[in-house]
Amino acid sequence: MKDFSREEIDYVLDTAEKLEPVARGEERSKLLDGKIIALLFFEPSTRTRLSFEAAVQRLGGKILNLGSVEASSVMKGENLADTIRVISNYADLIVLRHPLDGSARMAAEFAGVPIINGGDGSVNHPTQTFLDLYTIRRESHLEGLKIALAGDLKYGRTVHSLCYALSLYGAEMTFVSPPELRMPLEIVRDLQKRGLSIKETDSLEKTIGDVEVLYMTRVQRERFPDPEEYEKVKNRLKVTGDLLRSADPNLKILHPLPRVNEISPEVDSTQYASYFEQAFYGIPTRMALLALAIGVIE
Amino acid sequence: MKEKRNLKVEAIEKGTVIDHIKSGQALNVLRILGISSDFRATISFVMNAPGARGKKDVVKIEGKELSVEELNRIALISPKATINIIRDFEVVQKNNVVLPSYVEGVVRCTNSNCISNSNEPIKSKFSVIQSEEEGVTLHCLYCEHLISENIAENLL
Ligand SMILES: Nc1ncnc2c1ncn2[C@@H]1O[C@H](COP(=O)(O)OP(=O)(O)OP(=O)(O)O)[C@@H](O)[C@H]1O
Ligand SMILES: [Mg+2]
Ligand SMILES: [Zn+2]
Repeated sequence: MKDFSREEIDYVLDTAEKLEPVARGEERSKLLDGKIIALLFFEPSTRTRLSFEAAVQRLGGKILNLGSVEASSVMKGENLADTIRVISNYADLIVLRHPLDGSARMAAEFAGVPIINGGDGSVNHPTQTFLDLYTIRRESHLEGLKIALAGDLKYGRTVHSLCYALSLYGAEMTFVSPPELRMPLEIVRDLQKRGLSIKETDSLEKTIGDVEVLYMTRVQRERFPDPEEYEKVKNRLKVTGDLLRSADPNLKILHPLPRVNEISPEVDSTQYASYFEQAFYGIPTRMALLALAIGVIE
Repeated sequence: MKEKRNLKVEAIEKGTVIDHIKSGQALNVLRILGISSDFRATISFVMNAPGARGKKDVVKIEGKELSVEELNRIALISPKATINIIRDFEVVQKNNVVLPSYVEGVVRCTNSNCISNSNEPIKSKFSVIQSEEEGVTLHCLYCEHLISENIAENLL
């Protein structure tokens, strides 16, 4: 994600906005007519896969779904480089999801067709970042945003790359997390070097009145050796109707989903809840990335 | 006799002397140059030789002048090393090693989840960053992991 300039990001988001009526099914598009898109997923990720499928279908393209790659006999024992070289002959673009860090970069070296990184390893998930940015732009605004990021900020890769991307627009960030799951110090320093103002706290109550966007993430049980500790943290970092009484009326709440219980269901029907819209925005964003990567939009 | 004591090992007629290697790094210098038992030329080296600026290691390679690109990799583990080209028993050229801006297939990425540590037909690739405070840092061009310590321990 750090490879993208602000201009490039804006261009993707502008394109997504143009394609939104198509994503909603209000207009038809043949942008990917006659194109075959291979979905090569080495990890189960139903949500990301489905949204790519929907994006391709909305643009009139065909999908070559390689299913669960580990199970397929064609790929047995074959390295990723060879798989990519083979699939390059079958499709016009490959969407790759792979558990190893840097696999998308390597794939791009061997592919004869464009690669879209649908998430590699534990670091990068650029299409998620694009859709987060698009959601913020549509539901709030990007420039000089006051945003709080809450939950697991230590391991949560989506928040790391979102922070870097937002730094291009200037932002006031508040990191809300239990001490065990704080944003890594290198990242905090790096963001400060980029001119961001950063606050760290463990309290949503103290934060909620001062922000325009609250980006919630899941705190995973596995991160806590002590189950009691987990329960405590889980209940402290929770968005409820009560908490929202002191919120800014324009506050928007985002969440990459699936949620566990960090946002209580009563919030869903409030004006603050933007997480289901966010899930939808994955479609126009991925449509834009597909169309730009394959070159049908310049 | 005096001459011999000075040089610790025999004088060579023609070849390369890598001098002022950080003490204890001579074997890593051989490794970084890809010198192993099937290397033809005669190699000799001294470890922990007393030098004017503290202890140092010295490596001498007979009959061979290595490429600048190969030699500059030494800067990753010993930035003060000098390269002396010997012809006719004389030092005819002396250069400091220059830190390369990019290295391929030299260092292992310390992120065990990196694609460059898997069974793929690729070499590790790093861009090299030098900063006043932190010294040499390697940036993996696959996974973006940064290595600033233990570069010597992670030579391939
Ligand atoms: N003919 C030779 N055979 C082997 N080693 C040599 C030969 N000539 C010089 N050297 C070694 O090469 C290195 C550089 O030699 P030089 O005569 O330039 O020493 P110096 O003046 O001490 O240089 P520096 O200032 O770099 O330490 C020394 O380690 C020296 O022992
Ligand atoms: Mg000397
Ligand atoms: Zn790496």
